[in-house]
Amino acid sequence: MLTEDKKRAAHRALQDRILNGEGRASPEQRARAFSNAGLSQPLDGLLGKVATRPTQVTDADFAAARAAGFSEDELFELVICAAVGQSARLYDAGLAALADAVAGEEDG
Amino acid sequence: MRLDVLNRGYGPGTRLLFALIRLFSRHPVPDAARLVFYRPDFYGSRAKEFTHEAMRGPSAWSVGDRELMAAYVSQANESAFCIGAHSATARQAYQDGPKVAAVLADLESAPVEDGLRATLRMLGKLTREGKAGAEDMRQVLSAGVSRQQVEDALAVCAAFSTTDRLADAFGFEVLSPEGFEAGARYLLKRGYR
Repeated sequence: MLTEDKKRAAHRALQDRILNGEGRASPEQRARAFSNAGLSQPLDGLLGKVATRPTQVTDADFAAARAAGFSEDELFELVICAAVGQSARLYDAGLAALADAVAGEEDG
Repeated sequence: MRLDVLNRGYGPGTRLLFALIRLFSRHPVPDAARLVFYRPDFYGSRAKEFTHEAMRGPSAWSVGDRELMAAYVSQANESAFCIGAHSATARQAYQDGPKVAAVLADLESAPVEDGLRATLRMLGKLTREGKAGAEDMRQVLSAGVSRQQVEDALAVCAAFSTTDRLADAFGFEVLSPEGFEAGARYLLKRGYR
């Protein structure tokens, strides 16, 4: 388990840094990007795509976010938060399903 | 890339490093590498640490198996840059191009062990549907895969769930076949750190 703890700990360290460390975007904005919830347009358009259909992101999505006043560094951070947030949800969902499967075998 | 800071926002030391990489590899620095050099304290340093641990850290899966998982997850995400990069790395790691091509063309008929096939099937479902259940995991375990191996595979999936999204959102430039082969040689020699 020791090696696996290291993998999960490394993912948690990444999550913790992008959400709680220094940044140009506010911690509240980064948290909303991470959880893909509570975002207003045009950020919702861009970051929703990053989370669920990233191949559909276009130049126009970035242009709309810039026009709304977001800087390049804020967008750099918020896109990363959206991507890592979706990755964290998939990782957690997989680990939870695995734990259920193992618990079921031990019960049965 | 879609943000100018990712094209031009590097300090002199990093620009010199990029120039040296171009000189010695005779290929442009891939956008995946450029991204982790931009404000590395925000994302790059910890992302590299996690990805290296998932792809090269201790595991019962071989490096080739994990690179194949990365390519397979990237295919499920339709991420052209990452499919190219990690199918090339898996081919070199296995020294078996036809096996990698067969898995990406049709997993069910590909010449791989049942445990790896069941694991890839589960990662594909998790990636496409965003969820997986206990039954999906039981099928992997019953194919002879250990709990630890499933956890290791989920770490690979987590790493590429992030990288695939960033590749397509920021618009990584797809490399030439030779560029991907050169990148693969680097990843096998040096890893992701």
